[in-house]
Amino acid sequence: MLSKRIVVCLDIKDGRTTKGIKFKDNVDVGDPVQMARLYYEEGADEIVFYDITASAESRDIIIELVEEVAQQIFIPFTVGGGIRTVEDMRRVLLAGAEKVSVNTAAVLNPRISSEGARAFGSQSIILGMDAKWAGVSEKIPSGYEVWIHGGRTPTGIDAVWWAREAERLGAGEICLNSIDADGTQEGYELRITRMVSEAVSIPVVASGGAGVPEHLFEVLTEGKASAALIASMVHYNLYTIKEIKEYLDRKGVKVRKVW
Amino acid sequence: MIAILDYRAGNLTSVKRALDYLGHPSRITSDPREVIKASRVIFPGVGAAGKAMENLKELGLDEALREVFSSGRPMMGICLGVQIIFSRSEEDETPCLGLLEGEVKRFPEGMREGGEVLKVPHMGWNWVKWVREHPLIKGIDPEAEYYFVHSYYPDPAEKDWVIGWTDYGICFASAIGYRNLVAVQFHPEKSGRPGLKMLDNFCRWRPDAQ
Repeated sequence: MLSKRIVVCLDIKDGRTTKGIKFKDNVDVGDPVQMARLYYEEGADEIVFYDITASAESRDIIIELVEEVAQQIFIPFTVGGGIRTVEDMRRVLLAGAEKVSVNTAAVLNPRISSEGARAFGSQSIILGMDAKWAGVSEKIPSGYEVWIHGGRTPTGIDAVWWAREAERLGAGEICLNSIDADGTQEGYELRITRMVSEAVSIPVVASGGAGVPEHLFEVLTEGKASAALIASMVHYNLYTIKEIKEYLDRKGVKVRKVW
Repeated sequence: MIAILDYRAGNLTSVKRALDYLGHPSRITSDPREVIKASRVIFPGVGAAGKAMENLKELGLDEALREVFSSGRPMMGICLGVQIIFSRSEEDETPCLGLLEGEVKRFPEGMREGGEVLKVPHMGWNWVKWVREHPLIKGIDPEAEYYFVHSYYPDPAEKDWVIGWTDYGICFASAIGYRNLVAVQFHPEKSGRPGLKMLDNFCRWRPDAQ
C-alpha cells in the first residue's frame, strides 16, 4: 500500500530560503542546502525548491543549489519557478532533480508540458497550479480560477478544467496551491483539492494553509490528496516531520516511517 | 570499476551520485567493451521498454549484458532494468533480453484499495515484503519503504526468483535475485538511507562466495 507523502517546500530567493504570507512579505528562514538535508534526515518524503524570483540570474544559483543538494540527499526532489523551456527542464533534471514543476509557462505555452513529458517522461513533469476562489460562473464552473505570475495575474481559466487538460498534455502530477489558504496556517482548501483529485487520475499534492498536523490529516483523507506540502510548520520549528508523521500514523494514515 | 550502463533511458546521474557518496568508484558508459570488463554492472533506466531495447541493441549492450550474466559478475537492474531482463514486455509488445523467463505487464485499469481508485503510475513510497534472505538486504530494516515510479511490473515465470513482493492493487514481484543477478522495480538511489544501504550491499556483494 502506497504511503501518503509529506513534501517540504523551500521558497528560494537569492540562494536563501524565504517564507511569505499570501505571496508577500518574505522573511529569510535559512540556508536551503542545510535545511533540505535536515528535512531529508527527519523523514521528508520529497523536497521542493521553488525559485520565487525566477529571474535569469537566479537560474544559475538554483542549478548550483540543485547540484549541491543532489550530492547529499537521496530522495526525490522538485525544482519549480521560472521554468520556461524544455532546455530549462533539462538543466535542472541533469543537475539532479527528479521532477520539474511548471506553472505560468504551462498556461502561456501548454506545449511545454507535452514536450517535457515526451523528453523526460510524465513522471518528471509536475503542473504547479495556483487557484483562487472566484465564485461560480459560466466561465469558471468550479468557482476556482487559475492565477499565474506568482499569484499576480488571473487567467480566466477554470482550475478543474485546467487540471484535466494538464493531465491530457502529459503532466505526471499536479501541485495544487490555494492562494486563499497560502501562508494562513488555517488549513488546506479541502474543497478544491478534492474536486481536482477526483477529476484527474494523476496524483495531487495539496499546498497552502498547513498549520497543524490535523490539517494534513484532513487533506489526505477528505481532500483525497496523495501528498501534502508543508513549509511554515517545519521552517519555524513548530513541528518536526517525525511529529507530523506520528500523528498521521496514529490517525490511521499510512506514512513512511523513518524512526 | 563499476559500470553504470547508459542506454539513453533516462538520467543516470542520481545512481552515480549515490555511488560517489558511498565511495564506490563508478563510470557511466555505453561502451560494450567497458561493460564486459567491469567488475560489476548497474543498469538503471526509466521510460518505454521498446525504445530501451532498441537502444540496447543499437549500442551492442544487449550482448554485453548477456555476457556479464553468464560471466557470474554481479549485475543489478533498477526500474526499467528489472523489466528488460525478462522475455517480453506488454509495453509496445517488446521482446526483451530474456535472461529470465517471464513477462512484464501493465497494471490493470480501475484497481481499488479500501474504496479508492488506485492511480497509475504507481508513484511514491511503498513496502517490500521480503520472502528470502539475500546479501542485497543485509542490515536493512524489513519495514523500510522504497520509492517507486512505474506503470508496468515484472511477472517472472519462476516465483523462486522473487526476493521481494509489493502490494499495489495486485501483488507484484518488486525485487528479483537469481545467481549473480539482482533487479529491483523501485529506485534505491531515491529511497533514502535504506536504498543507499542496498546499493552499498550490491557494491560489496560476491555472488561466488555464497
